[in-house]
Amino acid sequence: MAEEFLLMKNISKRFAGVQALDSVDFSINKGEIHCLVGENGSGKSTLIKIISGVEQPDDGSEIYIEGERIESFQSIDTIRKGVEVIYQDLSLFPNMTVVENIAISQIIERGSRLFNWSDVRHISQEAMARIKIRLPLDEKVGNLSVADQQLVAICRTLTSDVRLLIMDEPTSSLTRKEVESLFSVIKDLQKSGIATLFVSHKLNEVFQIAERVTVLRDGKKIGTFNREELDNEKLTMLMTGKKVEYSQFSAPPTRGDPLLEVRNLSKERNFKDISFKLYPGEILGITGLLGSGRTELALALFGMNNPDFGEIYINRKKVLINSVQDAIKLGIGYLPENRLVQGLVMEQSIGKNIVVTVLDRLRGTLNLIDKKQVENSSNKGVSDLEIRIPSIDSPVSTLSGGNQQRVVLAKWIATQPKILILDGPTIGIDVAAKRAIHEIIRELANSGIGIVIISDEVPEVVPNCSRILLMRKGRIIGEFKAEDTSEEELQNLVNAG
Amino acid sequence: MKRFLRYHEFYVLIVIIILAIIITSVNKQFFTLENFFDLLKSYSFLGILAVGVLIVLISGGIDISFTAMTSVAEYVMAIYIINLKGNILIAFLIAILVGLALGAFNATLIHFLRIPTIITTIATLNIYYGLLSFFSGGKWIYSLPNWFRDFSVIEVIKLVNKEGIRYGLSIVTIIWIFVLLLAFCILRYTTLGRSIYAMGGNRISAQRVGLNILRLQFFVYCFMGFLSGIAAVVHALLVMNVAPNAIVGKELDVIAAVVLGGANLAGGAGSLLGTILGVTLVALMSNGITLMRVSSLWYNVFIGLIIIVSVCMSAHQLKIKQSQRAVIDIE
Repeated sequence: MAEEFLLMKNISKRFAGVQALDSVDFSINKGEIHCLVGENGSGKSTLIKIISGVEQPDDGSEIYIEGERIESFQSIDTIRKGVEVIYQDLSLFPNMTVVENIAISQIIERGSRLFNWSDVRHISQEAMARIKIRLPLDEKVGNLSVADQQLVAICRTLTSDVRLLIMDEPTSSLTRKEVESLFSVIKDLQKSGIATLFVSHKLNEVFQIAERVTVLRDGKKIGTFNREELDNEKLTMLMTGKKVEYSQFSAPPTRGDPLLEVRNLSKERNFKDISFKLYPGEILGITGLLGSGRTELALALFGMNNPDFGEIYINRKKVLINSVQDAIKLGIGYLPENRLVQGLVMEQSIGKNIVVTVLDRLRGTLNLIDKKQVENSSNKGVSDLEIRIPSIDSPVSTLSGGNQQRVVLAKWIATQPKILILDGPTIGIDVAAKRAIHEIIRELANSGIGIVIISDEVPEVVPNCSRILLMRKGRIIGEFKAEDTSEEELQNLVNAG
Repeated sequence: MKRFLRYHEFYVLIVIIILAIIITSVNKQFFTLENFFDLLKSYSFLGILAVGVLIVLISGGIDISFTAMTSVAEYVMAIYIINLKGNILIAFLIAILVGLALGAFNATLIHFLRIPTIITTIATLNIYYGLLSFFSGGKWIYSLPNWFRDFSVIEVIKLVNKEGIRYGLSIVTIIWIFVLLLAFCILRYTTLGRSIYAMGGNRISAQRVGLNILRLQFFVYCFMGFLSGIAAVVHALLVMNVAPNAIVGKELDVIAAVVLGGANLAGGAGSLLGTILGVTLVALMSNGITLMRVSSLWYNVFIGLIIIVSVCMSAHQLKIKQSQRAVIDIE
């Protein structure tokens, strides 16, 4: 029996009437790689905050580190006991050098008033040596790739005597290769007895790295399982509490003329010789790793990344798409990869977000915007997509990820598009809400819209698309019929890049 | 060479050199040690304030109220030394204490009310300046003590030019250099200084690594007050009279100089070297316009143009950097 590093008993936490955690028992062994999964609002982040001392658990909760009861739960106490958290945003300083970023918490911990640069270099070189990596010492962290930034964040935790490393969604913006090397770093840490608690949405990664998996749902612990006991389907069911079944989407057989045709589209250092057709009522998947050129291609179709050469035809007519305005006029809608930054005005109301694409059509007398029409249009969007909202006037930021994504969809549906390009339509969305979004997408396709889904999640692409294009290093390297393709087969091809 | 191209400071230096060559070609008077010393003297006031503004900008804030703080400190200092005697050290002490008090008030408002710093300091600018106008009645002070006058003409290096006129490096310039050295040590070699960069770079991260934001902000705005106090005495030494309305209105000149030097209005970036170059550029523009006998009314137009050009260059650099990041190796 492995020795426990952290033992939590009967952990409960109430926030303003909401039971975020309900008598959860949890433990992590020394040097173990443990995964914590659950949907948004399942209590994952609350549990992490309690372990790291940011939040205090309610009375009756007990926490032991190496068999010793922890009485006070301040951050500083848990850090001294060797618990370090790397948040999703990495908590780095982009304007400062690698060495400073690594050494800063150690320097603050020591409380020295003078900033001794040779000490700082020494501390960070030592940390890098522990995981056998080399980063440019005096480069500003903002100039590094996300993967390297993550290594900087890991090195920072290694400057103290870390025993348990908690990583919140560490792989969300890494390429496949980078994920592999991150995992090998984590396994290296394991050899020196450091436990890792991993929070992830991506189930295939969970299976690759975790030894044990703890599932939370609605603030309750569903169970802790060995990796061997679980598979994708079972884990999904444990997380959502219901069986999520996917039927295969298939496009209508009568094809007719293509809605969109792309011929030999190329842009230097982005993509090359891209040709494909999109038919009405079809869902076309474009998959590939981060950096395969898939997003660059999508932006080109939406007028935000002008190609060097190649032709685009819509309804057999050659078109030029040099700006977003052009794209919208041609009936193209684009749901961006990052809805928080590019898709929504977070602090504005739900209603205003929905009508922003069609303000031109909502003009009344004197060419001023007609309030009545705005209301009708935004209410229609909300009811059509069944968006659950407190009020049409509440800011979008108050909604859950799934409902936010519905707002972005509603915004584009309002333009009555012929073609919808969806870049990562379910990134960061719960399993159940994902399914609902997929349902909406299928209905849109059934109504005759041509849809392109760009996603690196093969389990998303295969059941929801009729055809799939695989991109690697800026080129399309294969086309697959979804019915004839297994997820496993395609995943292997994607990863091979 | 390629390394230098990445630094904003390098471009400012090039602009300065070009400008210096143009001015010298029109008027030989420009490229003399005498003119250089003179510039260093008259721009030490702006230079001292620029250091304070730089640190505030690095921390991720902005302070508009420093001209009012300087005016108040200058006026209080002048009244004190005229009525209660004293010496130059007391003059500095009084002005610095007033500056610190006003800076601390700024810091308190900013931290506890959590209002954007630009709004807070626009408000305090008006409060400080309004109170000063009310209590001073707008009266100018000319009768500064003789010892004060004597201090202002001290020259550390004394030289004689070809026409036999004596000139030298003013004590006032030495004060500026002292301020620069102090700020350099703080920013480069203290944990406090690096923490200010950290706070400006990412405030939430700064909190997470255990930095005390309250303490940092207090330091930053009090240091601005401290330098306003020093600048107050320097201003009085330079112009030998004290007018309540002499300084307020020059905020943007100082901020422009610092931004020209590469400080980022969004926080986290900026260097003393850049600030020195920024102040130099502003000084050259103004001095050059005089030496080239161009109407001084053009000064603002040129400053505006230079700001646009310099910001464009920085933005261009950033764009290049970003486009390089999106590279995909097509096979």
